[in-house]
Formats: sequence, structure tokens, C-alpha cells
Amino acid sequence: MAPDLLKFFRGSAASPQAASAAKGAARTQRSSSGLKEFSKSIGPESPKVILDLGPTSPTNLMRLTGMGHKVYNEDLLMGSLDSRYQVKGADGRLELSPTEFFKDSLVFEEGALDAVLAWDVPDYLPESLVKPMVDRLHRALKPGGVLLGFFHTREAGPEAPYHRYHITGSETLNI
Amino acid sequence: MWKSTPGTESKPISTPTTTPSMGSTPPPRPSIDPVRSKEFASEMAHIGKSVLIRGELSGSEDLYLDGEVEGNISLLEHNLTIGPNGRIRANVTAKDVVVHGKVDGNIQGYERVELKKSAVLTGDVSTQRIVIEDGAFFKGAIDIRKEGRSESKREMAAAAAAGHSGGMSAQRSLVETKFEPKG
Repeated sequence: MAPDLLKFFRGSAASPQAASAAKGAARTQRSSSGLKEFSKSIGPESPKVILDLGPTSPTNLMRLTGMGHKVYNEDLLMGSLDSRYQVKGADGRLELSPTEFFKDSLVFEEGALDAVLAWDVPDYLPESLVKPMVDRLHRALKPGGVLLGFFHTREAGPEAPYHRYHITGSETLNI
Repeated sequence: MWKSTPGTESKPISTPTTTPSMGSTPPPRPSIDPVRSKEFASEMAHIGKSVLIRGELSGSEDLYLDGEVEGNISLLEHNLTIGPNGRIRANVTAKDVVVHGKVDGNIQGYERVELKKSAVLTGDVSTQRIVIEDGAFFKGAIDIRKEGRSESKREMAAAAAAGHSGGMSAQRSLVETKFEPKG
């Protein structure tokens, strides 16, 4: 996705206030063909190792662990707001340090994951973290592993809300 | 150190207004009230929010922990509740674990782990059943163990202690290896 498009999403609706506003909104249900394919891939046949990058969703954790999978949860966006990862930049102002951030985030061995639920987190994550995040996920996923990601297909504007996605069926989501 | 003190628990709430005379009549013996005794038995030890403990914390009764602990917590047959003011930098092993506060470390709940809406957990969870309230923050792994595995609780506790990582770290794999399903 073009960086110019991404800037509309970053640093605005991704604020905690916007996130909490979205949290308080009524949930809506929708079907997702991407989730359908994801569900097929993880299947019930054998336990998989799955990473959820979204905000902590009890629904997702309970559902996936109930299916026998092992689940990791890392709320990357919330993590990126942690002041521990702020360092002084050249102009003396505090800025997010990808180096510091990734000391604590996405620490996985190569090929440790079967699947990743990335949702639309890359659209909202600070831009300096996106490429390293993709690199790390690529390394952590097993060959043939799957990643579910949602991307805005048009400019959603600075007020585009940040959603939590709750898996309610093999192809249905509560948002 | 943190065990409840039965003497203080069974004291009457009201204080006597007259001083009992010495030697004339013996002080009344507390009668054994089965209902009261049962209540007492179910009470748990309590660590207040101003308490800081560094090191190994173990016990043989249920514990409510609202203070700060750095090290390891082991209550093999008993329940642990981490209060809203609880700040734990430790691996935790207990039968049931309920978290209201903040934990940096791995949690082994032999039967159940419950993360309340105010819970902030950075670390891995291994248990048979898990309950997570909406609003809880969790960063780590959840591994649901099938009931009736062959590992003894002591082996599991040893594994948890060996894998103390203070949350997400490369040592995580050590803990996971110990709990791989058998058969």
C-alpha cells in the first residue's frame, strides 16, 4: 500500500481515545471470505500456533484455544504507544524507536508460527514499524503459513475508526 | 510471613465496657460454631498493597495478593487472587489464578486462570481452563492443557520456575517444551 495512503490512517484514529470510542460502539457482524480461507487453513485437524496482533479479544482467545490451538496475543498498536520505546530524536523531541520496540515485540523463533491474524493493524501502526513487522512475521511464519490482513481499498480519512475483530464463526466476525 | 492470624480473625468486633474481675469467674470459652468455623476455613491469607516481597513465595492456603512481588509464587494446591493493586514480576503456579492487577511473568494455573477486565498480563499462560473478561490486556501465549496429563504438579512447578522470563523472551521455548501434549 502506498505510504501516502497510509498516512491518512496513522496517528489519528489510532489514538487511545479513538480506540476506546470504537470499543464503546455497538458491534456489527459481517462475513469475511478472508476469514473463511484462514479458517480452512488452520483447520481442526491438528493444533496450530497462531498469533493475534489485534487488541486482546477474549472471544478470539477462547475460540481458538477451544479448538486446541496455541494462541499468542500481541497488541502491537497499544504496545507502540508505550513510553519505554520513546527515544530523543535529532531535534530533541521524543520519537518511537523501532529498535527498542522490537526488543520486546514479535520475539519469535524462525518458523514458530502457523498463522497470523494481522487484521488491519498495519494500516494504523506507526510507519517506521511496518516494514520491520512484516520482516519479522515473514521469518516467524512457517513455510506455507497463512496471514489474514485487511486493508482499506480507498482513502478512509483521518477519522477511520480502529476496530477490534472478534471471530464468531468460521467466516463471520463481530467488529 | 503472610499467613492469616487466627487469633485476630476470631476476635469479637465489640470491645468490653467493663474490666472482668480476676479470679472470680473464668473467662467464657469461645463456643465452637460450625458455621463460623467453616467460614474461617475458607478465608484466605491477605497481602496488602503496601507490601513488597522479593524472593520465593510459597504456601499451603489460598492467598489474596494486593502488593508487589518479585521472584516466584508457588501455591501448588491452592488458589491465588492478584488484587487490583497487585504488581507481580514473577512466575506464578497455583490451582486457580485470578488476576485483577498487573503480572509480568508466566502463569501456571493447574485448573483455571481468570483474567479480569482490569488485568494486565505480559507472559505466558498454561492451564486447563481460561476465562478472559473484555478489557483485559494480554501479551503472551495461551496453552490449554488437556486434563489428565502425566506431569505431576511438582514437575510443572519446577518447569515454571526454570522458565522465569519476566514475560516475553527467548526463554519462553523452555517452558513450552515442558508442556507438550503427550499422545
